[in-house]
Order: sequence, then C-alpha cells, then structure tokens
Amino acid sequence: MKLKLTFWNAVFIVIMALGLYATYVRFFRGLGAVSNMSDQFPWGLWIGFDLLCGVMLAAGGFCMVGAVYLFNVERLHSVVRPAVLTAFLGYVLFIVGLLFDLGRPWYIWHQLIYMNPHSVMFEVGICVMSYTTVLFFEFLPNVLERFNLRSGIKWIKKIYPVLIVLGILLSTLHQSSLGSLYLIMPSKLHPFWYSPALPFFFFGSAIAVGLAMTIFESTQSAKAFGRHLELPVLVELGGALLVALWVNALLRFEDFFHRGILGQIIKPSYEAYFLWLELALAFVIPIAMLSFKRVRLSPEGLYLASVISLLGFITNRLNVSLIGFETYVGHHYVPKWTEFSVTLMIIAMGFALFALAVKYLPIFPVEKRAVNLVLDAETVSQGVPAPVLSHAGD
Amino acid sequence: MSKALLYDATMCIGCKQCEVACAQQNKLPYNDTIAGEPVQSEHKFTVVLNRNDKFMRRLCMHCEHPACASVCPVGALHKTSEGPVVYDVWKCIGCRYCMTACAFAQPKYEWLSLNPRIRKCIMCPDRLAAGKPTACAEACPTGATKFGERDDLIKEAQERIRQNPSTYLPRVYGLNEVGGTCVLILSSVNVEDFGYPSSAKIGDAPMPEYTGRVMERIPDFVPLWSLVLGGIYWISHRRQEVAAAEAEERKKKGGAR
Repeated sequence: MKLKLTFWNAVFIVIMALGLYATYVRFFRGLGAVSNMSDQFPWGLWIGFDLLCGVMLAAGGFCMVGAVYLFNVERLHSVVRPAVLTAFLGYVLFIVGLLFDLGRPWYIWHQLIYMNPHSVMFEVGICVMSYTTVLFFEFLPNVLERFNLRSGIKWIKKIYPVLIVLGILLSTLHQSSLGSLYLIMPSKLHPFWYSPALPFFFFGSAIAVGLAMTIFESTQSAKAFGRHLELPVLVELGGALLVALWVNALLRFEDFFHRGILGQIIKPSYEAYFLWLELALAFVIPIAMLSFKRVRLSPEGLYLASVISLLGFITNRLNVSLIGFETYVGHHYVPKWTEFSVTLMIIAMGFALFALAVKYLPIFPVEKRAVNLVLDAETVSQGVPAPVLSHAGD
Repeated sequence: MSKALLYDATMCIGCKQCEVACAQQNKLPYNDTIAGEPVQSEHKFTVVLNRNDKFMRRLCMHCEHPACASVCPVGALHKTSEGPVVYDVWKCIGCRYCMTACAFAQPKYEWLSLNPRIRKCIMCPDRLAAGKPTACAEACPTGATKFGERDDLIKEAQERIRQNPSTYLPRVYGLNEVGGTCVLILSSVNVEDFGYPSSAKIGDAPMPEYTGRVMERIPDFVPLWSLVLGGIYWISHRRQEVAAAEAEERKKKGGAR
C-alpha cells in the first residue's frame, strides 16, 4: 500500500506532530505549562470542547439506535452503523482527551472503587465507561461480520435488545448529567446559562445534535467515499431535526421567560453577544432554513442547516463552560495553542480511525456498495486517511 | 459538635502571624515575596488582605455541607465530625470539580506538578485530634482568629455585635451562608469587598442540594426509564411480528383456496 502525500495528508501529519509536542509538554511539564487553565479557570477548553461537545457530537449513536432498533423505523437502517461507529470512536477519543485533562489520569480507575454516589461527576464517569462498553458490543458485529464469525453474531443478536435499552438509558443519564455538573455553580455561572433546567437542555440538544450530526456525517461520507447519497433518509432526518430544534428553542424561551430575564437578554452585553450567536446558529437560522420545503428536500440545504445548528450547539456548550464564567472570574480565558493542538490531534485521530474502519469493516450496507464499486476502488487506492481528510474541510 | 474559627476583622492588625503559622503547620515555603502575595495559591492556604487599612482574612470556610466533598467523584474530600473538610490525596484523580463547585473558590491546584494535588486549608486536623486549636488561632497575637465550638463562637459573635453595634456590621458571615460554615466572620466593612461572595448570591441553601435534587431522582429514574424503553421495544417489534404472522396466515389461506 502506497501513501501519497496529499495536502490533507500533510495537514494530518502537521497536526499530529504539534499534538505530540503538546502531549510531551502535558506529561513532562504539567497542566500549567500546557494550558492557560488556572485556579480561577480550573476547567478550560478540554472540558468545554473535548468533554461537553465531544459527548454531545457522539449523540448520533444513541439517537439512531433508538430510532431504528427501539422504534423499529427500518427506513433509517443504513445510517445506524456509521452513527454507532462515530459514537464509539467519539467516546474512546473522549476518554483519551480525559487522560490529558485529569491531573492524575493513572488513578482514573479510582472511580470504580471509591464511589461517591452524590457526585454528578461520578455518575457521568460510570455512565461513560458503561456506555463505551455497550457501544463496543454494538460495534462488534462489524468486526464479526468481517471475519465471518457466525456464532459471535448470533450471540450479539441475542443480547441486542438489552444493549439497545441499556445504551439509551445510559445516554439519557449522562447526556443530561453533563448539564447537571453545572447546577452546583449558581453563583458563578452567568444567569443566561445557569438554569435549573440545564439537564433537560443538555439532553434535548443532544437529540437535535444527534440528528444533525447524522445528516452531516452521511453527507460527508457520501462525498469522501464516493457513495450514493440516500436523500429520502436525509429528508426524514431533516424533518425530525426541525421538530427537535423547535422543541429545544421553545424550552429555552420558556426558561428565559420563567426566570424573567428576557429583558436582560435583548440588552447588548458581552454575554448577550455570545448568547445571540448561540441562539442564531442553533435555532433561528436552521429553523428558518428548514421551514422551506425546498431546503428540506435538497441535500445541500439539509447539510448546511445541520452544520449551522451543530456550530450553534457547540457555541452553547462553550458558553456554559467558558464564556459564562468570565464575568465571575473577572478576566478572559483564552486557551493556549497547545490546548488547541491536543484537541485538534484528537479530532484528526477520529477522522483517520473512521476512514480506516470504513475501509476495512462493513460499515456501509453491502448491497449499496456494489453500485459504487468503481468509485470505492478508486478511493481505496488513494491511501488510508486521504479519502476522509481530503474532504474534511469542505 | 463541630469546631470552628471566629475571625473578627476589627481586631486584626495585619501582622500575618496566621500566614506564617499556617505555612509552618502545612510545611509550605514562606518568605517576604510570599508574604506580599495578595492571593491564595497552592503554597498559601490563608491570606490577610489589606484595603484602606481594613484587614480581612481568607481561608477555606469548612462548610457544614461542603460542595467540594459532595461533587468529588472519588470522595477524596470529606467533612469530619469535628468540623474540618479534609483531603485524601491518594484517592484524588485530579478532575478539579471541587475547584469549580466551591462558592468561595478555595481549593487551589498544583498546576506545574506532574502529580498535582488540591491544596487548601484543612483546619489542622492533627492538632484538633490532640485537643489543640488551629495553628493560626494559636499564633494570633490579638485573638482576632479564635478557635472553639461553633455554637459557642456564634453566641460570642452575636454578643460582640450587641455590645458594640456601632463597630460591627450587624451580621455574622458564615452563620447561614450556604447552610452555615465553620469559619465565622465579624467585620466593620463588607466582606464582599475582599472577594467573598455576597450572601444574597450564594444563598442559605446548602450547595449539595442543587445537584442532590437531580441525583436523588436517579434511583427511581433508572428502573422506570428502562421499563419505558423496554416497553417501546416490545411494542414496536411485536407489531412487526404480528404483521408478519398475519401475512403468513393470509398466504396459507390463499394457498388453501
């Protein structure tokens, strides 16, 4: 197999090199040297992006498993495997990210023996560990099929109902609990984002993000791997996304109204700008776009609306975890470049692993594959991470 | 009965003997540079602040219901029956949730260490066990920091306010804040001017209640939600089975005809 040095391959190598340097600084110089975290900002980009956004963006797994296996919506079957793969990789990489952020990562297993059931962090930790295990088993059929291990597949099929229910239960718990983490900081987190309803917002937005992420990833895979785009599936997901966005938007409005801060929100302020950005990207623009049937039926329109709403929800998580604390602390937190480079390295690893998995495992439906055999053969010959990376920035 | 500290800012002369004693007790470095640092850090558990010749001490408040202990996933922080909130470093995984959860921003971190610890005042538990007051209270030349039973100190603080209403602001900071703390503060100026969170902002409810309200629902939520999800699974798949069985039957009937 020959590896060609394409533009995106080069970018990948640069990202990995910078990331490895930052890794060295992290583990040989300490957290203070690698990041701009401080006693005032004990949680930085790695919690705000890698943890909160990472887990949120991996929500496609439980959403699609729920739709296809729980509600038995078979029309969506073709998106389950890529969604589960994304979720599995997402969680594994999130744990890798956690090893960077924890001060004493070698004691991460302490969660299993020194349990504190009052701690939200404990609950998140246990749920994430268990859910990653569940995702591993949900992902396993890909490997078993690849090596034609029939007895293994049969065994998985038997426990599949349990896996499905367990996976969705654990996802409900930890997606919402990531919001509960902030419930104990009423005096620190800005009132725009501190709300007793935080766990509901985090869970609700995870469902919207799960749908948007599946649209994003299907479109992206179609481009990268030269696959036929299944428009009816995307259209259905787009409709569901519109409903999910409306529900989320109404919940947020109700919360602002109930807490009587609608007047504060429309007044310009540092926090208000970030809130406006968040609400515009997460709700106003994608809802407006998806309200037009023309957009809802076009692959480009669906893709764009999904990406915009994803950016909106990423902004939301960063607002909750970083921006919302700046007034309390009294100064800004800007991540150091090494913090960004660790995050970028983890994302790049995700893209590369996804491409590898798609190449070697039956992630996409076989019967559809035959149609695009010629295209597949072409992309495969380009080398390992190239296919996915060559379109990563599109 | 829990032990507590009463800090009377009007009696403080800013000599920083408490800082010195604290550094000795906790084996921390102390010199002129550190004495001049107006912030708490991993090498300075307590600090005496000076604004316009008014003094104010800051240290861990040793809450009656500590947020740090409730959020710690591995229970590395806990409140002893004697009052101090102490830290078991060997349990700690370094998630720093205690730092973000503390309303008084007391836990500090060894940011440049490769095996970092949370650092904060732990109220000299070894001295307390030996029946002695904290190092800072023993070192205080004016009695501004006084060690004793919390209930007694509250009575004494209220008595001081009653006797000198013109000297003191009419409140004991820490009496009810976040459900009560084991550091009580009397002063003639607003403690908020020295970085303490305002009483109105942190409220009187114990901090662990904010997350506890959600966490206590989980034991009920898990079986209930599992049942709902299992039910949905059963119904949606049962419908398919029935449809398949009916189709089969129709086929049979059709064949028989």
